[in-house]
Parts: sequence; structure tokens; C-alpha cells
Amino acid sequence: MPIDATTSFLIILAVGLTTFATRAVPFLLFPEGKEIPAIVQYLGKVLTPAIIGMLVVYCLRDTPVRSVPHGIPEFIAVTVTAVLHVWKRNNLLSIGVGTVLYMLMIQLVF
Amino acid sequence: MYTYKTALKKAFPCTIPVLTGYLFIGIAFGVMYAEKGYSFLWAALMSLLVYAGSGQYLAVNFFVPGISFVQVIFMTLMVNIRHIFYGISLLDKFNDMGKRKWYMVFSLTDETYSLLCTTRIPEGVDEKKFLFCIAVLDQCYWIIGSVIGGIAKSVLPFNAEGIEFAMTALFVVIFIEQWMEIRNRIPSLIGIASAVICLQIFGSANFILPTMLLIVAVLFVGKKRLDEGVDLSCR
Repeated sequence: MPIDATTSFLIILAVGLTTFATRAVPFLLFPEGKEIPAIVQYLGKVLTPAIIGMLVVYCLRDTPVRSVPHGIPEFIAVTVTAVLHVWKRNNLLSIGVGTVLYMLMIQLVF
Repeated sequence: MYTYKTALKKAFPCTIPVLTGYLFIGIAFGVMYAEKGYSFLWAALMSLLVYAGSGQYLAVNFFVPGISFVQVIFMTLMVNIRHIFYGISLLDKFNDMGKRKWYMVFSLTDETYSLLCTTRIPEGVDEKKFLFCIAVLDQCYWIIGSVIGGIAKSVLPFNAEGIEFAMTALFVVIFIEQWMEIRNRIPSLIGIASAVICLQIFGSANFILPTMLLIVAVLFVGKKRLDEGVDLSCR
């Protein structure tokens, strides 16, 4: 260990508390029993699909689009996962096939 | 009928995609942390007390002599700031959960958030227990993954390069499920478009906070139209 156990533990605690704080903000602003304003209720409804869209992009953020292989394995794997899911609506099948296909492509082809 | 056992049985299949993803990104974290000289027990401790994917990857770099706590807190805040917005969609659900509420808040990772917001509650199961089981199972996978990584270091029985795509595929699948409901389509597109635009402008290390602000701004501006869409779908 590069630093002592106490400091290491305090670092973990600091990271943990900071992370928890970010997750707790809305619940501290709107505790139980307090009326949630209409605008926040509206945001709660429409924010989820928008955040999921953002998370898809977030997962793909470091894909090298301008250099070889130009994101082709990612593009193929995402397309196969999506098409398979629209067709069969089976989470495990879509995720399993998409992931294995991606692994095979980057290990063997690209 | 409405026991934890039933809830656990119903929750487990919903969490299998996260199981796959978390085991492997958890292993990757355990390996990284072990390479800094920390045993699997430390990895387990961090996964128990912190529980954040990208946050823990970043945190591995904090364990050097002379690191300042201000820096630790600031960098953690930057990488996890998106979580501020997640609770907004879950206020009602969590405020109903009594003693379990603060654990639910603590365990609100990207993956758990997505499952909690999008999984349909099966019949014959208590909603609160079901959601709690999803949250606990997900964290168990994360801890188990980091412990395996901490023990095995870089030894994997097969070439796992690219396995992290499981997480991408999970979000693609959840995205499609959301897309099936017409009222979600415009917000979905707003999310993707905002992220792509901000990624181009701010680069992959810094685009999430601007993206979230842009999303909220656009959703505010479009409130009238989008609210009508919500009403229409309820008829």
C-alpha cells in the first residue's frame, strides 16, 4: 500500500460520502410530506427516457470514430442488439448476442 | 405471497444483465485496485461504502502520497454529478419505502436507476420489496466482481476484452423498451441529441454535466408540448 491504512480508509469515506451526497440531493430538497412542485413532477416523468438516451451515448463516448476501425464494431453490435430486441423482446438474448458479437469482432476481426 | 422470497425470485431475472456487466467491470476495478497494492478486502470495502462504477475507477488514482481531500471530493463530485438528477424520477417511490429509503438513495447507480425506472412490477409481489431486492442484488454483484478482481489480479480464464460492452447493450435494450412507448420518444431523442452535441463540444471527459443541463433546459422549454403527450397516452 502506497499510503497508510487510516488515510486510505478516510479517502474511501470521502469518496463514499460525496457520491452519496450527489444521489441524495433531490430527496433533501423534497423530503417526505412536502408537496412536490408540478414542474418537478413533470421533470421526473420526462427525465428518465432522456437520461437513458444520454447513457447510451455515455457508454460509447470513447469510440474512435475518426480513426480505424471508425466505430464499426460498436455500430454493428449496437444495431444487432437493437434489431434483435425489437424482434424478440428478450433482454438476455439481445444483450448476450450483442456482447459476444462485439467481443469476437474486436478480438478476431478488428 | 408478498414475502421477500417471492420478491427476490421475481427480481433476480430482471437483474441478470446487470449481473453480467457488474461482475466484469467489478473485476476490472478489483484488478486496478490490487495493482496499487490493495488486497481484495479493500476492494470489497470500497464497493460496499462507495458503490459507483466510474467513481471507483477514478478513485483508484487517489491512493498516492500527498493527495488532498479537497481534490478527492472535487473530482468525485465532477464524475458523479449526473446522479443529482436521478432521484427526481423516484421521489414518490422512495419516500414510500420507510427504513429502506436511504439505502435506495445510496445505491442509485446508472444501472440500478435504469432498472428501477423501467422494470414493470410483476403481479403477486410487493413493489417496495421488489425494488429493494433489485438494489441489493445489483450491489452484491458489484462487490463480488471487485473481490474476484482483487484476488485474481490480471488472471482471467479467457480473453475478456470487450466484455464491458454488456453495459452498453443493457442501456440499448432499456432504450428500445422506452422507445416502444410513444410519449417517451421525444425525451429520448432530446437525451441522445444533447449528449452527442455536448460530446462534440466538450469532449468525452467533460460532457455529462453540460448534457444534463441542456436536457433539463430543453425539457423545460418543451413542457407544454411534452405534457400534452403525457396526457394523450393516459387516455
